[in-house]
Amino acid sequence: MSHLIILPIVLPALVGPFILMAIRFHSDLQRVFSIASVVLLNLIAVTLLTRTLDGSIEVYRLGDWPAPFGIVLVLDRLSAMMVLLTTVLALPVLLYAIGSGWDTRGRHFHALFQFQLMGILGAFLTGDAFNLFVFFEVLLIASYGLMIHGGGSVRLRAGVQYVVYNLIGSSLFLIALGTLYSVTGTLNMADLAVRVATLPAEDTSLIRVGAVLLLLVFAIKAAVLPLHFWLPASYANAPAPVAALFAIMTKVGAYAIIRMYTLVFGPDVPVAEGLAGDWLLPAALLTLAAGSIGILGTREIGRLVAFGAIASMGTLLIAIALFTPQATAAALYYTIHSTLTAALLFLVADLVMERRGGALSPRPVMPQNGLIAALFFAGAIAMAGMPPLSGFVGKLLVMDAARGDAWVWTIWAVILITSLITIMGLSRAGSLVFWKAHDRSVTPPETEEETDIGQPLTPELAPEPVPGLAFVAAFALLAGLVLLTVLAGPILKFTEATAAQLYAPADYIQSVLQRP
Amino acid sequence: MSLFLIAALPFIGAVFPALLIRAGRNAASLSTGAVTLLALVGLLVHAPAVLRGEVVTSRFDWLPDLGLNANFQLDGLGLLFATLILGIGLLIITYARFYLSREDPMGQFYSYLLMFQGAMVGIVLSDNILLLLIFWELTSLSSFLLIGYWKHLPEGRQGARMALTVTGAGGLSMIAGMLILGHIAGSYDLSVILQHKELIQASPLYAPALILILLGCFTKSAQFPFHFWLPHAMAAPTPVSAYLHSATMVKAGLFLMARMWPVLSGTDLWFYIVGSIGLITMVLGAVIALFKDDLKALLAFSTVSHLGLITMLLGFGTEAAAVAAVFHIINHATFKAALFMNAGIVDHETHTRDIKLLGGLRHLMPVTFTLAGIAALSMAGIPPFNGFLSKEMMLEAAAHTDWAGVAWLVPALAVFGALFSVAYSLRYIAHVFLGKKRHDYPSHPHDPGPGLWLPPAVLVTLVVLIGLFPNAIATPLVTAAATAVTGHEVHFHPALWHGLTPALYMSIVAVLGGLLLLALHRGALAVWNNLPRPEAKVIFDALVRGLTQASRGITDGLHNGSLTRYAVIFLIFTMGLGWYAFSTGAFGPETHETLPITAMPLLGWFCLVGSSLCVVAFHHNRLLSLVLIGVTGLMVSLSFSYLSAPDLALTQISVEVVTIILLLLALNFLPQETPRESSPARRIRDIAISVTAGLGMGGLIYAMMTRDFAMPSISEYHLANSYKGGGGTNVVNVILVDFRGFDTFGEITVLGIAAIIIFAITEATLGSRVRARLLNRKPWKPLAGDAHPLMMVVATRMMMPIAFMVAAYIFFRGHNLPGGGFIAGLIAAIAVIMQYMASGFGWAAERQKLPYHGIIGTGVLVAAVTGMGAWFNGLPFLTSAFGYVHLPFLEEFELATAALFDLGVFLAVWGAVLLALQSLSRYAWQPGIASEHPMDINPERDDAEIEQEGH
Repeated sequence: MSHLIILPIVLPALVGPFILMAIRFHSDLQRVFSIASVVLLNLIAVTLLTRTLDGSIEVYRLGDWPAPFGIVLVLDRLSAMMVLLTTVLALPVLLYAIGSGWDTRGRHFHALFQFQLMGILGAFLTGDAFNLFVFFEVLLIASYGLMIHGGGSVRLRAGVQYVVYNLIGSSLFLIALGTLYSVTGTLNMADLAVRVATLPAEDTSLIRVGAVLLLLVFAIKAAVLPLHFWLPASYANAPAPVAALFAIMTKVGAYAIIRMYTLVFGPDVPVAEGLAGDWLLPAALLTLAAGSIGILGTREIGRLVAFGAIASMGTLLIAIALFTPQATAAALYYTIHSTLTAALLFLVADLVMERRGGALSPRPVMPQNGLIAALFFAGAIAMAGMPPLSGFVGKLLVMDAARGDAWVWTIWAVILITSLITIMGLSRAGSLVFWKAHDRSVTPPETEEETDIGQPLTPELAPEPVPGLAFVAAFALLAGLVLLTVLAGPILKFTEATAAQLYAPADYIQSVLQRP
Repeated sequence: MSLFLIAALPFIGAVFPALLIRAGRNAASLSTGAVTLLALVGLLVHAPAVLRGEVVTSRFDWLPDLGLNANFQLDGLGLLFATLILGIGLLIITYARFYLSREDPMGQFYSYLLMFQGAMVGIVLSDNILLLLIFWELTSLSSFLLIGYWKHLPEGRQGARMALTVTGAGGLSMIAGMLILGHIAGSYDLSVILQHKELIQASPLYAPALILILLGCFTKSAQFPFHFWLPHAMAAPTPVSAYLHSATMVKAGLFLMARMWPVLSGTDLWFYIVGSIGLITMVLGAVIALFKDDLKALLAFSTVSHLGLITMLLGFGTEAAAVAAVFHIINHATFKAALFMNAGIVDHETHTRDIKLLGGLRHLMPVTFTLAGIAALSMAGIPPFNGFLSKEMMLEAAAHTDWAGVAWLVPALAVFGALFSVAYSLRYIAHVFLGKKRHDYPSHPHDPGPGLWLPPAVLVTLVVLIGLFPNAIATPLVTAAATAVTGHEVHFHPALWHGLTPALYMSIVAVLGGLLLLALHRGALAVWNNLPRPEAKVIFDALVRGLTQASRGITDGLHNGSLTRYAVIFLIFTMGLGWYAFSTGAFGPETHETLPITAMPLLGWFCLVGSSLCVVAFHHNRLLSLVLIGVTGLMVSLSFSYLSAPDLALTQISVEVVTIILLLLALNFLPQETPRESSPARRIRDIAISVTAGLGMGGLIYAMMTRDFAMPSISEYHLANSYKGGGGTNVVNVILVDFRGFDTFGEITVLGIAAIIIFAITEATLGSRVRARLLNRKPWKPLAGDAHPLMMVVATRMMMPIAFMVAAYIFFRGHNLPGGGFIAGLIAAIAVIMQYMASGFGWAAERQKLPYHGIIGTGVLVAAVTGMGAWFNGLPFLTSAFGYVHLPFLEEFELATAALFDLGVFLAVWGAVLLALQSLSRYAWQPGIASEHPMDINPERDDAEIEQEGH
């Protein structure tokens, strides 16, 4: 019996408490254990991914109880891919947090980081709807802790909005699960799929309500308009490495939509007809529009990236809302791209904010202006979907996949026009921050702004930040984007195989429900 | 050399100047030149084969599933363009070395230039239109960087953004066009597409594809009405203007039109769009150019005009016109790049580009004058230079073109444009070099070193040679290129003397008219200045500013930070979709009997509803609403108990107690009343929304409860297997620690995280300025005199062991009877909380040495390690084991790993609650608040006696 599947959850669940229990006063030890854990997680994730390449689905029955009565973890191509994406993201983000010294600006960064990973990885691996809720809770509470890491009144205020809005979402999750359970009497996803498919046609109202509420919950996480309101302020005010890690959090919502709406409420299930694509597609288009408009209209670089994250979720959700294998394959490719890009730009935004403040107004030249400008330029290219980085490939894939849809012209028009708005917004911001600094008319601001109340006055004695490491992390993410572009062929082959597996859920269901 | 390598070389080479600049400017420029030369040699190696009519290809599958492959091909047209790009590139690199000043970061410049060069070579060598798109956008990006090269100049920054916006927009529309085109043809490979003329032109999607692609071409090649960005791109250093914005990049649009000519041209749509736009651009550019005083602006508009000319020729759709277009591409590149470099020399030497400040330079700068003279005469179309040859061909083609039945229109406008062209070309000579020598040049001019004049001299030599011996020099290349454009074998034999053709007469008219116009320049300028003209930059800037402000308005208006509004939108959206899902499904009849309503539940129902309504009514009073919430919680616990769910009731009530205590602590720091913020109208709106949501939720629950499961529920399995497989008779507990122990594991983690977050926030807050405010805080009301009453202290001391005993009891019975680690943890926490309440935080903390972080960590670890224990038996995580032990003098009892897991739960819950409490109480600390004594009045205390004696 292989226990490798559960390690992505158990390992951070051991390291986190261990840090709390034994080394909470030793910042450097925490760093060592945190990095070791993430490196190990990467190795595990790679191993797991290679095991799914032949199309096999592995099921791990917790407590040795047969499905659907106990909880199961399921490893298929999709979950393996998402796990690997998370760990690949986590490593540079962690290095950045250490390099920039963010991890020592408050308490318990590393423990919370591990718990956050536990929640995200658990959400990707579980095959049980209620267990998904539990992992949503884990990742929500840990993300709240990370979000307000370092304190400060602005951040705390944004944190309240974040946590309240998401708790409303959690309540809705419970209501949705209750509704689904009250009809089907089960919580295991594979079992749900079997039962939903065989529901009598004369009583479908309740299951439809449950299904749509569930979709709304995931839509909140995925920041779909008009349920995205929690995102801009919280991402813009979160510590940069945390915001970068959050790039994967919206993808948890996207993942859950893909999972539930291919497995349980798939396109061929009569009960779920018209529940997903019909409203998700227009909402996704609006999300993309709102994101790009936000990029152009913003006054602050952190917010700019936050809106960029919303825009890229819009593109991703367009692809998801088409619910065809081709579109889902494109969506999965775009998921990787969007995650790495948003993370890279959040880190770049932080490099800027640390040196000159985040306001998009002229300031004198900051140290390392050229290097940061180059990183921003690359990140902006990726975010706007310009060649030669993966955003362009992803955009082409999504547009190509939309071809068969009735909305194709609208989709194309929105994607292309928002790309232009994004280009305008990003070039404006880049020119203001990196170029205008050289203008001779720009002088340093008269007085430094008063530091915000609530900001800790004196950081405790902590290891020195390692600025070089921060750049290494940012360039590592950029290297990821380059690889994603160069290896687009094989990666697309993988996502196509993944999509094929998703749209033929019989294998999944059978693997989960068969008695060992 | 592989085509792949030719396209990649400049990109790879872009690293060298960026690094080698540290070794000096010569190292940077030499390395750049070497890279370009290498690529050029690699290209020319293929030239003989291509000129023979062969096509060199190089293919690499990149993203075959999309049709995006790195396929390259080299035919005549590609060879022509690639040679121009790399050849002129070499000259520009040399020129730039001497043009840029010491302060300019030259490494950056050459890196950008090489990136541009690679992108441009990529465009002309691509055999795949998606690959072409990639290179296409790359030229926009590198041009953006090069225009904005002088970061300190606002014109540079604005020009860069304008160019990027316009060409970027075109590139985006071209993406759509290419996707459509590839779809029609069934492939994105040019070699395939070019063979499907009928298929493409018959498709209903031909028109949209054509228009979208042309938008890309027109924006790139600065065609009307997108021409306005090009003059503003002149803020770039002159080598860039010469290279990108006259010789190469702006010709990318022309290249693409020529490339697609075999499949897209020949229709009316093509003729009327491309031909007309080209014609308008040619005339408009020529007219404006005459009235520009800035040398570079003059050249920029003349470039616009010539690009229009070539576009027009391609638009005519005839073979002769296409050949003329190809020939003029070469000629324009030679004389215009030379002229730009020339303007750069003038600027460099005199420190001005304003024609009004110049004149008479021929004596001071004879070499520059000679070069400028030849190039400008060629531009004017004066024999025997190459410009004359292609212009004759253009006029010839125009003479035979009939526009919507009007035969004179195109020739007349062509002559009109050519007339202005002559005028501005000659003005460049006359007003800059001829005339009297002046004494007020901003800087005293003289001829520059050969580094600056040699590169244009090479081009001017070509201008002369092509003009004199066109067949020897240009014919092979033009033939090959034109053959590739038209798809037929082309015979190209230009000659200076064609006989007395209409074109010759038209040319003569143009030259004479041009001379006349130049003579009347002053008057013409006055007329021009009085004409109302739309200023493109003003309009564009206003548009962009408007768009930015609108975006800002929308964004700020939408995301105004009001949580209430966000929640309202959420609720309405959720209710709407929920109702939609409900109403579009079939709603079956009730299948579940309801219980009869009796007095007890009815009373409970009234209490529950009443307390909830009271919370709404009295929510301004924080303390009161907390009490009322407590009532609600209590009623919920009671109903759990009434409905035979003792575990839930126990959990609920202990959670309730702990929550209320923690909330009370928090209330301490808030005003007693909440502020009154909402207007009556808004309250009515909110009431309506929340009532609807509540009714909807209630209705949903009612519908659920009045219906049976559609299928047998999994809980039957739990009931059946709880004792047999889980070793416990309390199914709830077995579910918690065994069937779904993994959920519990997650939830205790959540609790632990919540506690450490409370701790972390406290640390952050108390480490900040807020601490001062807390220390100086005045209580809302006078404090009670008796903070630590004797009775309470004594009672809680006695309660503590009892409470712990109860916790232990609840813990151990949990597996079989209502109870368990969660409830036990809460009860144990309450036992400690009581001590804090009785004797104060400081006193209790001193006597309680266990670190709560450690307890939480231990709890989660114990649970995890228990779960991992199963691995050693080869079983999955959290598989439980249990056995029955019989010890002497004791009854048989059960030992289960689940109990160990439950211990983890207990510790985590206990630690979490106490850490939260401890953190909250730290806010309340003020000097003197902590008592060193357990209670206020203690009969045993020494100081108490003294105090009594004092009375």
